[in-house]
Amino acid sequence: MIVFEKPHALTDKPFHYCPGCTHGIIHRLVAEVIDELGLEEKTVGIAPVGCSVFAYNYFNCDMIEAPHGRAPAVATGVKRANPDLNVFTYQGDGDLAAIGTAETVHVGARGENITIIFVNNAIYGMTGGQMAPTTLLGQVSTTSPYGRIKEIQGNPIRVCEMVSTLDGVAYAERVSVDCVPNVRKAKAAIKKGFEMQQQKKGLSIIEVLSTCPTNWGLSPEKSLEWLRENMMAHYPLGVYKDITKEETK
Amino acid sequence: MSAILLAGFGGQGILFAGKQLVLAGMKIGKEISWLPSYGPEMRGGTCNCSVNIDDEPIGSPLVTAPDILIAMNKPSLLKFEGKVVSGGTIVLDSSLIDVETSRKDVNACYIPATQMANDAGFPKLANVIVLGYLIKKTGLFDADYFMECIKSSAPKAKPELGEMNAKALQMGYDYAE
Amino acid sequence: MGEKLLMKGNEAIAEAAIRSGCKLFFGYPITPQTELAEYMAKQMPKRGGLSLQAESEIAAINMVLGAASTGARVITSSSSPGISLKCEGISYIIGSDLPCVIVNVQRGGPGLGGIQPAQSDYNQATKALGHGDGHAIVLAPNSVQEIATLVGEAFDLADIYRMPCMILADGALGQMMEPVDFEAKPAREIPEKDWACCGHGGKRVHNIVNSLYIEPEELERIVLERFERYKKLEENEVKYEEYLTEDADIVIVAYGITARIAKTAVRNARKKGIKAGLFRPITLYPYPKKQLNALADKAKCFLSVEMNMGQMVNDIKIAIDCKKPVYHYGRTGGMIPSPEDILAKIEEISGGNA
Repeated sequence: MIVFEKPHALTDKPFHYCPGCTHGIIHRLVAEVIDELGLEEKTVGIAPVGCSVFAYNYFNCDMIEAPHGRAPAVATGVKRANPDLNVFTYQGDGDLAAIGTAETVHVGARGENITIIFVNNAIYGMTGGQMAPTTLLGQVSTTSPYGRIKEIQGNPIRVCEMVSTLDGVAYAERVSVDCVPNVRKAKAAIKKGFEMQQQKKGLSIIEVLSTCPTNWGLSPEKSLEWLRENMMAHYPLGVYKDITKEETK
Repeated sequence: MSAILLAGFGGQGILFAGKQLVLAGMKIGKEISWLPSYGPEMRGGTCNCSVNIDDEPIGSPLVTAPDILIAMNKPSLLKFEGKVVSGGTIVLDSSLIDVETSRKDVNACYIPATQMANDAGFPKLANVIVLGYLIKKTGLFDADYFMECIKSSAPKAKPELGEMNAKALQMGYDYAE
Repeated sequence: MGEKLLMKGNEAIAEAAIRSGCKLFFGYPITPQTELAEYMAKQMPKRGGLSLQAESEIAAINMVLGAASTGARVITSSSSPGISLKCEGISYIIGSDLPCVIVNVQRGGPGLGGIQPAQSDYNQATKALGHGDGHAIVLAPNSVQEIATLVGEAFDLADIYRMPCMILADGALGQMMEPVDFEAKPAREIPEKDWACCGHGGKRVHNIVNSLYIEPEELERIVLERFERYKKLEENEVKYEEYLTEDADIVIVAYGITARIAKTAVRNARKKGIKAGLFRPITLYPYPKKQLNALADKAKCFLSVEMNMGQMVNDIKIAIDCKKPVYHYGRTGGMIPSPEDILAKIEEISGGNA
């Protein structure tokens, strides 16, 4: 008999996320991986500023809340103080790819042995639907009301492609949670990230394409369609870097 | 009690010379302080350092009215000679400074230290020659004691530096005789 | 008594930190604190610690936040413009009740300013190290020797009161060499860090280090509790030095390097028959209000001497309930006042014949 249970690495605190938001799925995947690898007792997670700031209430491991964008620096401090810990950051697109770009790049350059869970939904959720660094060209947000215009607001950033140029990055993969097969792949990627951290390989980053039905103004179902049709075109899924593959080549 | 101002170009060993004075002071239980000018001077501009050697705890580490001025170039002499206390001492490198001090109420001491250092084959030790001359002229420290201090100032890996410093110091002593 | 070493102030801060059990330094280069970072870079690897140059002051202070969250002793250092960048992180550290030591080797400002010594970050350090209702402990040593004792004390205070502690120095103090004796300071009892995020090990519920309290009632309660600790600090930890204040007509109030210069001026004033004295706050936060107030009943006036445009004047006025006039003498922009300048001001105030 298979019993569907809540992972131990999640607390009993109910999520505050909007209906249809994929943060809940991603939280669960991270928690399942922590359970399966038996890492909860020595894991420290870093919560960002943004919708997932309250992640510190949801994960059963020790949790630290970082200033906006600074989670990779905070994680560096934790890991350097105590290299035996399993350390992950959980960050949104505004946090990681706008205000925290320098911290993201340098944690990659240094090859900090931590795992970044990067949730990309192409919009600022918590502040109410403003343009993000990953907002697509033409995408409407409250601060790009006529659609993101390249000449005015510039181009969206492809994070996995960018960070995979850095020598300290061990593993970079973009996944999605839009359907069951992709959810399975996302979990495998997160697991691989944590495993590589255990093997002290360097930085692992898993970018998860995600939805924001509330601020996109779409139903949860339509949001998933929009993700598949628009986001995947600009942000192709796949492994961008895997030094274990390169080593075996 | 001595408030000493050492001044010259960056690269002349001004800070090193000042450090030798405070180290010698510290070892015999004096209160001491050493304060460098810092910043772009490091790249060859003017450089100076304030040294205090006293029996009482040092108040201001900044020497604004020196008992002793060591001037290793002309701009330093012109800038600081007016600040020396009446009856104080000015030691200047006469091979680099083509004028005499305008002060008549001080003990003015001239030594062509850079020329002497060049002639002796260690052009970087004019600072130590000046120190030797200063010690003999003022009796700031016992000459034999200071010689020991200078010898032990060299890093253990480079004992030959200590010997060279000792030679330079002796040249300063001899010049004062 | 231990062996006396000749050291720069910057180096002494680093050495004292290592001797206080600090194994982690996160920094970013800036004049005039560079020797501190260089000393750490050289010494930490040899002594079982880590010195890491971050990509910015912002990253450095957040690495401090992370390391402090694990319960480790950690230090960062910078100079004025770099401290402004760290203020965001310091505010979070205050809000998260994390202990750490932050060093500001001040230089002239505002803006990029200059690189010569200043005390122009007094207000920033004592009033607003970042946004929000909060404080850091601020210690102002005046000699290389005092650095050696106060850095250790800074770590202890930070741990005991669970808040950051700043060593407020300046370019002159950082650059000057003096003899220093790292004689072990008396150990204080440090509470167990049961709040630390270092893996729960299956032995307790998970710890959370955070500064976010979305309910105003809860945030107010947290801030009020923190202010109870500030109150205890003021009751128990105020440090100051008095010199010839017993019969002083003019009490000079000065801290850090300026207090040294003022002390010389006080001695010279006494030689001229002027009854001058010196009050030197060592803790700038908490400020020694009571102790200063006690002097206001006897003294005729106060003179604040600082390397800024008078940032401490209001603190003195508040401390003495405006009972006596408070004058100010200051140099700014990297200029250091001379004992002669200060004496001239003392003479001017005393009418030349106190």
